[in-house]
Amino acid sequence: MKKLLLASVATVSFGAAAAAEDIKLGILIGFTGPIESLTASMAAAAENAIAEVNASGLLLGGSTVSSVRGDTTCAIDTAAATAAAERMITADKVNAIVGGDCSGVTSAILQNVARPNGIVMISPSATSPALSTAEDDGLFFRTAPSDAREGEVAADIMIERGVKSVAVTYTNNDYGKGLSEAIVNAFKAKGGEVTIVAAHEDGKADYSAEVGALAAAGGELLVVAGYLDQGGLGIIKAALDTGAFDKFELPGGMIGDSLAPAVGPGLNGSFGQVAGADTASPGMMALAEIGKANGFDVNSPYTTESYDAAALIMLAMQAAKSSKSTDFAGKVMDVANAPGEQIFPGELAKGLQILADGGDIDYVGGSNVELVGNGESAGNYKEIEVIDGVQTTVGFR
Amino acid sequence: MDFLNGLITFLNFVFVPGLAYGSQLALGALGVTLIYGILRFSNFAHGDTMAFGTMVTILFTWLFQGWGINLGVLPTALLALPIGIAATALFVLLTDRVVYRFYRRQKAASTILVIVSLGVMFVTNGIVRLIIGVDDQNFADGGRFVISAGDFKTMTGLSEGLAIKSSQALTVITALIVVAFLFWFLQKTRTGKSMRAFSDNEDLALLSGINPDRVVQVTWILAAALATIAGGLYGLDKSFKPYTYYLLLLPIFASAIVGGLGSPLGAIAGGYVIAFSEVTVTYAWKKVLGYWLPENLAPDSLVQLLSTDYKFAVSFTILIIVLLFLPTGLFKGKSV
Repeated sequence: MKKLLLASVATVSFGAAAAAEDIKLGILIGFTGPIESLTASMAAAAENAIAEVNASGLLLGGSTVSSVRGDTTCAIDTAAATAAAERMITADKVNAIVGGDCSGVTSAILQNVARPNGIVMISPSATSPALSTAEDDGLFFRTAPSDAREGEVAADIMIERGVKSVAVTYTNNDYGKGLSEAIVNAFKAKGGEVTIVAAHEDGKADYSAEVGALAAAGGELLVVAGYLDQGGLGIIKAALDTGAFDKFELPGGMIGDSLAPAVGPGLNGSFGQVAGADTASPGMMALAEIGKANGFDVNSPYTTESYDAAALIMLAMQAAKSSKSTDFAGKVMDVANAPGEQIFPGELAKGLQILADGGDIDYVGGSNVELVGNGESAGNYKEIEVIDGVQTTVGFR
Repeated sequence: MDFLNGLITFLNFVFVPGLAYGSQLALGALGVTLIYGILRFSNFAHGDTMAFGTMVTILFTWLFQGWGINLGVLPTALLALPIGIAATALFVLLTDRVVYRFYRRQKAASTILVIVSLGVMFVTNGIVRLIIGVDDQNFADGGRFVISAGDFKTMTGLSEGLAIKSSQALTVITALIVVAFLFWFLQKTRTGKSMRAFSDNEDLALLSGINPDRVVQVTWILAAALATIAGGLYGLDKSFKPYTYYLLLLPIFASAIVGGLGSPLGAIAGGYVIAFSEVTVTYAWKKVLGYWLPENLAPDSLVQLLSTDYKFAVSFTILIIVLLFLPTGLFKGKSV
């Protein structure tokens, strides 16, 4: 009797999956709060991916997708964010969520709502390294890179330029500490030597003590994980004046037009990296066209990542032949990475068709999606070198 | 050779920067201590007075640079410094007239004057930011180095370099001249003597016919000159940023208190004590000891007593120890 019942349930659910259905996607980002200026463009991009899929009529035998918007408030109120997520899942019955946005609320939604309910979340903008190791039952992905990735990129650049040993200084806050740890760990893992890691405070009167300690420890160059208009500048000036270091590795916080003129010719030959996609890549150009036609700006931060997050969810559904989160969660990495046919923005119909025919795709999207580790974007970084007093982009990673 | 290399490393990273920073603190602390000794309150606006004076100096430096006037190897700012001092003197005399005089006539307690100076600090802060903005300003020109690390190496053939920036040399020399002038002024001139008398016993000074308004005015002018010189030299050596000048107040007060508030000699000693304690206690001795010790004894670790994170803890620990055992500071100033 029990077996019969199970069998019939299985048949019914199989039947339901095969038939066209109305799939709901939650777009859960901070429409109010600190990043409200970014979210209009982010939501528009995600909804454009949905419209593209609906127009093709190819998803899961002609199913249609509709979006449900929810507000996380970004950082102000995690309670509001979890309540919005709760409502989305229990009342609106969304199949998956594009979101959250800021790292703090994203973590709260993941632990309190998404995991208990078994709902997939793909965040377009949470960058905290802590999310890389968070318990997620395989449900959480992000199309934005972790700050820890910048450490990897910095280490790669230094190793490729033949640097063997470095001294590291960081601005004494969460950003500086997290980034310096990432750089130190990555550099050591690649066989480099770190002679000292010393913090510096911003806005202080004098940095000779820090530079003295850094110089005593030595190293071929100094990694300055700070801010270009704060202590980072003071450290570089003092290090150049005393002859302690003549080359510097400059992470994102040190990249800006004001640094080279403030330091002078001593900065020439220093290098670094800053997050940013190559605007001339085919994916970005394709999405820029779509954006122009539909009124969203791809150059607004995390907009391409939002389009890609929504596209990935729908492609994974197609690959798993199910709109149920627990079914398609395992397919997200497959559709995002090689092998398979490369899919760019505007080609979602082609991707859906290949998957329906049992083929394999490698979704590239606008942000050059490549999911690594626990399901997060490898990210795109500009490699910068100071040439003749100008911070020049010399490559992309 | 190894001994020399070690010595040069020590001079380059500890002694020269410490001496320059100490001179900057000493000049600032002198101004604070002068106000405390004669007007009897802790002037919290001193850091921002420094910023005001430096701002005027910078504006005139730019003007002179625009006219093509310069001093060759010396920074143009030296030419603008007297104008900066004059403008700052006018500014502090104005604040005294508008703000402090009222409270002085009321015979207000010194705690009230401290809070009043806090208000003056915020207003000055705002004026400086309104005029020159909140960003870093670079106004140093002329020769950058007396001797640079690279030149020193080729000259002496040593493997360690010694860099002396012209701004550092200028700071130490100017500090010496200013301190000598100040002591001569206080000890030998009639006005200086009346200021000291006023500081020792106000009532007795009044009875012997000293004009209190004149003493107050001269004190303010001297404080303005000290603040502008200290600020100008600091800006030449590092850079000018209103926020940094505001934060300079802490080490300056620490210097003045360690030395003994109200004692000019104490302010100078305090400046060097604070600067050298910040640099030496957190210095990593690995390189120096590597030169000085025989090879088999050379250390692998950094030989750092405390991480640089604690450099502010060091100066404030010294402050607390001094106040515990010598409540009036190293040079018997007034107790707070």
